Amino acid sequence: MNYGMVSYILGWILKIEGVMLLLPAFIGLGYREPESIWYFVAAAISFVLGFFLALRKPRNRKVFAREGFVTVALAWLVMSLVGALPFTLCGDIPSYLDAVFETVSGFTTTGSSILREVESLAHCTLFWRSFTHWVGGMGIFVFMLAVIPLLGGSTFNLMKAESPGPVVGKFVPKIRDSAVILYAIYLGITVTLFLLLAMFGMPIFDAICHTFGTVGTGGFSVKNDSYASYAPVLQVITTIFMILCGVNFQLYFYLLARKFRLAFRMSEVRAYLGVIALSIGIITINIHSMYKTTGEALNYASFQVGTIITTTGYMTADYDLWPSLSKTILVLLMIVGACAGSTGGGMKISRMVLLLKTIKRELDSIIHPRHVRNIRFDKVPVADETVRNTNVYIAIYGVILFGSMLLISVDNFDFTTNFTAVAATLNNIGPGLGAVGPTRNFADFSAFSKCVLIFDMLAGRLELFPVLLLLTPRSWKKY
Amino acid sequence: MRVIVVGCGKVGTRIASQLSTEGWDVTVLDNNPAHLHRISDSYDVLAMEGDGSSYTTLVEAGVKEADLIIAVTDSDEKNLLCCLMAKRSGHAAAIARVRNPVYHSEVEYFRENFNLAMAVNQEHAAAEEIARVFRFPSAINIEIFSKGRVELLTFRLTKDSVLIGKPLVYIHSHLRCDVLVLLVRRGSQVIVPSGEFVPEAGDILSVVYSQGSSGGFFKKIGIETDPVHSVMIIGGGRMSVYLAKRLIRERIAVKIIEQDEKRCEELANTLHEAIIVHGDGTDEDLLMEEGIQNVEGFAALTGIDELNIILSLHARGQNPKAKLVTKITRIGFTDVIESLDLGTIVNPKDITADFVVHYSRSLQASMDSNMETLYKLADGQAEVMEFHVRQKSEATGRELRKMRLKKNVLIGKIFRGGWVFTPSGPDTIEVGDNVILVAKAEDKILELDDILDT
Repeated sequence: MNYGMVSYILGWILKIEGVMLLLPAFIGLGYREPESIWYFVAAAISFVLGFFLALRKPRNRKVFAREGFVTVALAWLVMSLVGALPFTLCGDIPSYLDAVFETVSGFTTTGSSILREVESLAHCTLFWRSFTHWVGGMGIFVFMLAVIPLLGGSTFNLMKAESPGPVVGKFVPKIRDSAVILYAIYLGITVTLFLLLAMFGMPIFDAICHTFGTVGTGGFSVKNDSYASYAPVLQVITTIFMILCGVNFQLYFYLLARKFRLAFRMSEVRAYLGVIALSIGIITINIHSMYKTTGEALNYASFQVGTIITTTGYMTADYDLWPSLSKTILVLLMIVGACAGSTGGGMKISRMVLLLKTIKRELDSIIHPRHVRNIRFDKVPVADETVRNTNVYIAIYGVILFGSMLLISVDNFDFTTNFTAVAATLNNIGPGLGAVGPTRNFADFSAFSKCVLIFDMLAGRLELFPVLLLLTPRSWKKY
Repeated sequence: MRVIVVGCGKVGTRIASQLSTEGWDVTVLDNNPAHLHRISDSYDVLAMEGDGSSYTTLVEAGVKEADLIIAVTDSDEKNLLCCLMAKRSGHAAAIARVRNPVYHSEVEYFRENFNLAMAVNQEHAAAEEIARVFRFPSAINIEIFSKGRVELLTFRLTKDSVLIGKPLVYIHSHLRCDVLVLLVRRGSQVIVPSGEFVPEAGDILSVVYSQGSSGGFFKKIGIETDPVHSVMIIGGGRMSVYLAKRLIRERIAVKIIEQDEKRCEELANTLHEAIIVHGDGTDEDLLMEEGIQNVEGFAALTGIDELNIILSLHARGQNPKAKLVTKITRIGFTDVIESLDLGTIVNPKDITADFVVHYSRSLQASMDSNMETLYKLADGQAEVMEFHVRQKSEATGRELRKMRLKKNVLIGKIFRGGWVFTPSGPDTIEVGDNVILVAKAEDKILELDDILDT
């Protein structure tokens, strides 16, 4: 383990976070809120800490896979610990553990909250909560690689550890250019959504916060009832943008580069859109009788499907009251998640597709034992290593899901609550069903359960392996 | 600037990594996913799986927008085909590696009809380099500039040399030789020396001089200048053939030891004047019988690096006076290898990579000046370059003493209108000159104006 380099990178991350913390501080200043002083304090702490960690530029600047994974996991943890400081310092969230839960939930774009009531919070706190979604959505390392000409060649391992999906590729030869392109697309979507929301009558501050929450597929709202009280047109716009942000960003790159053939070939995106259309159709029919018009049912169904499959976590209807079929579909969508290479979480459509193809191959190999065939994805054969990695991923996913359920069951909530609480955090969605349903929150869990759920959120956002490596003693050995 | 490197074996990887650190957008094409994994993990390049001789793959890799395509797969035919397609579909300059001796003799035809910028033949280039050091066995390395008018010679300073303990200006003031020391290596240190620099025994000096004006210098400092008269080559690969042909032309006796009988017959057919011995080069008795103790030059050119090292060490033990050449293609560990007494080390893949990097820099540079030659010294830490000045620019027409050069830049020779001179303070660089200079690799000099400290 190259400790010098790990500390150097962590230092830079904290310096960047220090700059980011200035944003809510100035927002608070604009609203003349006394809380904003604490954001300045937190920014200073973050910057000074970062300055000392990055003081010495290490001579050995190699980042191997091990350093990459551990650094990313560690950075997300440290970032959350520092990002939680202002919440507690300014008194909006008195318990530090709760503040950490909220921040992790923010950075990992989960959107699960321990706050019973958000409308009374200071503007700077609301802004910071939502802004963490935006940063976490595309990833802090991608941002760092885009703005700081830091490390030269071997930084690809950092991007690999942070970016979601079974295979991580670059768009263009230079990693820095790739990162810039990603953030440019991300910024473009963000600005478009903000303008649309503002144009259709959402108050500016709400529009900013909800834009961050939507494009980062996070889910923190500035309203107690999330999106329910906004006009249907705003809900429709948000639905569309949530779904757009759950698409693999490679698609947008292909469209911008006018490579339409490659864009059309992306089977993951087609599967994703197909699943969405099918789910909306079934749920609309299923909940049809509960609402006055079909249009209303369609709007509720599509918003809820969009928010769950992209793992955003806003809501316009209390789907806890919907029929069992609809609820089950939503829970399944929670686990499926969005596309690889998007800002969404979950297991990812591409892994699901790979899993189904592996199952098919296994069945084939029983029927025709000598049949030689590859698994193909987008007309390209998939390396056996990727298939194996996907299978292991799903296995670990299952272990963590059920292990966490066992651990939090000591709080004595019912099965639905436990299962959906873990599913909602591990897949970075936000609300679940039962006691953590769309109208409730995570405040009632014990401190221990909150720690378990914090772990789940980080594991889910970083796709399991980095966080597990962090806990493997062997990765800390010098040789 | 965008470049596509087709084939990422040893040479491809080196070229890709070097070009990527020099700021190119590098896309690498290869059939083998394992190679691609390795390269994309350690360098900032875009790795694509696919066949470089497939048109669709090339288009997907962006051949239409590329500025340069370098084909270095193992197959000459594939390389040529790949370059041909690239030329037809875009504006990229194309470089192909062509190693087969049959094609090599027709390389001019290919260059013209396939419109190649360059055809690289690493074995041939390496053989030329080896032939030069046999011509001057005291040198570790000899490179040429200005079509042979200027030579750059690297040698190790022995204990009894008169230069030891005296500043470098001594060469000019007392020995009255027009020889300039461009670079000194002391251990792992690389120094661009000033006139006050005092060399020590064991230093490795690189000097430039115009051809014909050197003899006196080397005699005065006590260095042998006679060429070798006999050479023993172990291994009968392509490089040995090129080398043998070259040496025979210079009337040097050549003996090749090769273990494959069929190959021996082929060699005997192509190389009439050489003695071809069928036998195992690792057999001590055979080497003794063939006269390893009396031969003046010894080249270990088998395909196995470890074997070459052992052979050279053995030859050094048997015959301390012989000039040794060791081919090392694959092994890294430069520090270990340098500490062994292996004579001149020849690395064909480095030679190829240097060629290509030199060409790519001249593509990048503006039209004011043109880099004609580039050699990397001291394991790539320093570079000796030759520029042809085409147009007036910042660096031309000004007295050298009035220009602020970068710290580690030293102008060695200027070649103007048929004669070569060592520039001093009042001299200027003019349009039409060829300028030979040394710089540290980190200065990244692409064109002549880059030598100025801004």
